[in-house]
Amino acid sequence: MSSMTRSFFKTYFLWELLQGLRLTFRNLWVRKFTVAYPEEKTPQSPRFRGLHALRRYANGEERCIACKLCEAVCPALAITIESATGPDGTRRTSRYDIDLFKCIYCGFCEEACPVDAIVETRIHEYHMERRGENIMSKDKLLAVGDRYEAMIAADKAADARYR
Amino acid sequence: MEALLNALPGWTLLPETVQTVGVIVAQIVPILIALTLCVAYLTYAERKVIGYIQNRIGPNRVGYKGLLQPFADVLKLMLKEVVVPTNSNRFLFVIAPLLAIIPAFATWAVIPFTDSFVLADINAGLLYVLALTSVGVYGVILAGWASNSKYAFLGAMRSAAQIVAYEIAMGFALVGVLMAAGSLNLSEIVRAQAGGTLMSWFWLPLLPLFVVYFISGIAETNRAPFDVAEGESEIVAGFHVEYSGMAFAVFFLAEYANMILISALTALFFLGGWLSPFAGLPVLGDTFLAESGFFWFALKTALFLFCFLWFRATFPRYRYDQIMRLGWKVFIPVTIIWIFVLGGMVYLEIGPWAR
Amino acid sequence: MIGHILFFSLAAVLLGAAIGVITSRNPVFSAMFLVLAFFISAGLWLLLEAEFLAIVLVLVYVGAVMVLFLFVVMMLDINLAKLREGFARYAPVGVVLSLVIVALLANVFWFRAQDTPLMLTPELRSADVSNTRELGSVLYTEHVYAFELAAVILLVAIVAAITLTMRRRPGLKAQNVARQVAVRRQDRVRLVKMDADKE
Repeated sequence: MSSMTRSFFKTYFLWELLQGLRLTFRNLWVRKFTVAYPEEKTPQSPRFRGLHALRRYANGEERCIACKLCEAVCPALAITIESATGPDGTRRTSRYDIDLFKCIYCGFCEEACPVDAIVETRIHEYHMERRGENIMSKDKLLAVGDRYEAMIAADKAADARYR
Repeated sequence: MEALLNALPGWTLLPETVQTVGVIVAQIVPILIALTLCVAYLTYAERKVIGYIQNRIGPNRVGYKGLLQPFADVLKLMLKEVVVPTNSNRFLFVIAPLLAIIPAFATWAVIPFTDSFVLADINAGLLYVLALTSVGVYGVILAGWASNSKYAFLGAMRSAAQIVAYEIAMGFALVGVLMAAGSLNLSEIVRAQAGGTLMSWFWLPLLPLFVVYFISGIAETNRAPFDVAEGESEIVAGFHVEYSGMAFAVFFLAEYANMILISALTALFFLGGWLSPFAGLPVLGDTFLAESGFFWFALKTALFLFCFLWFRATFPRYRYDQIMRLGWKVFIPVTIIWIFVLGGMVYLEIGPWAR
Repeated sequence: MIGHILFFSLAAVLLGAAIGVITSRNPVFSAMFLVLAFFISAGLWLLLEAEFLAIVLVLVYVGAVMVLFLFVVMMLDINLAKLREGFARYAPVGVVLSLVIVALLANVFWFRAQDTPLMLTPELRSADVSNTRELGSVLYTEHVYAFELAAVILLVAIVAAITLTMRRRPGLKAQNVARQVAVRRQDRVRLVKMDADKE
């Protein structure tokens, strides 16, 4: 009997609807999570996988030795490498292209690289305006590496103890 | 307003008819402009309130805290092309948005903003309101039919059936208000609620009718959770799928003007319009809080508008057959029973009928 | 003066709309012309200071009846060619019927009401005379039996209409919302405790 009267009141006083309204009303005052993007940014992990870069040794020598492990491991077939002998007789790449449209940013190339030459940096704000700009050639990759070497080195160091 | 016009050079030389029309137009224009601005900022308020309820902050880019967002939206819609679909009925397609917005605005003629300011203080004001709100459905139906699109047509059919169903519940709820106030004039209805604090307003003796009226109002304006006419998950956008640019904006304007209208009417019928809830409290004395005026009317309307947005953010959409069930099998019986209860109260002279 | 101009222009539009109702090829246009005709008639009634009747005309006919009309008309797929097939056969009946109606109207206008003016100008009353109150007092005193009788007949019609649709359809799977709402956890879920099986 009491359960019947209770269900009667619950039905006719819209009890469950009022409960729902209370929930949303409480959330009206909860602190908001929105990040005002260009002015505020969410913290990034040092492992973030963004735009690619090719690194150099401290003496300016290219790290990449054209072993083509990255090309082999790339699941999206985004990397194309041609090798040649450099002026000092070492094995070097004559072509190192990454198609950013094919790349899925899995980070396998970085994992596969025996000399830490190809890396994925934390840069994620980049765009293309013309056809063809999606191909990251060797020059562009090296330029990115040169420019952000400090950041890349710091990220590698931060991540090193977990590897 | 008349004094202002009399100050115009040569105004008094005009024929009397022109002067009368001029005074009326001079009252209509400010109301329309204020209403349009209210609609613009209601869209902003909606996005902000729903954003806050969903733990977001809503529009905040255009102007300070996004306050210019409505104008940006209007500008965008004005610059867009109005596409008239092939094989659609061009005349009805163009005229449908107008049919939606004219009643939404025309009803404001009889809304009393304060004790003295009302555009047309007609005797059958309440009937006029009912008649015009029921005419608004033509815009939706014709838009759906003229678009030559299945989705638009389905939306129109749903909305036609829904509005006819809820119209009746709304009418019965207003019968209760009539019994309590003894007049069809909106100003008289508010004056009948005067004489005391908020306990003397009609919401208490007419509580079920108050709830039914407001919920039917939500259904009548096709707002969530009764927005099956534009249920985007089932029929894309319902009756206005094919509309773009300004034609769409006019529908949008009509929907929000109707929301404000329903809120204002609920405030007038059940919460004592411009009356102050603190009238006669000795603590407040002569402060503006104790005085009745436009301020209170605006506040009460804003309260109901917030409820519109709050409900939209809270409840999932009703299923179509359940909407019909609620309208015909729940609301109409509830209102009829309460009208009988009211009859008993009138006979026994309790509540607002105590002498 | 202004009253006459308004009356004749409204009457002209009303006639145009009425002609539109019967000449439109598209039934939706016919319905919309009818809506226009109702609006204009409401305007004419307003000229006669019958604001209650005018507004109720809009409320009932435009707001409810014509919406349902449109609802049905829009869903019909009308084949006009097929509708025209029997035209010649039924034309004499139609002509006779319309002649009868014309004769009736002529009887009313020429023979019975010769001395009534073409357009009635009602005596102007002050704005606070409530049409609604007058109508109500007449309906509930002088005409109370006719009024109640009409109400009962309408009620019977409503009951009849509902009964016509209340046929039982076997195999129809409808939900009982009240029972769905009243359901509790205990009715649907049973917690079973059992020992783990040992092999």
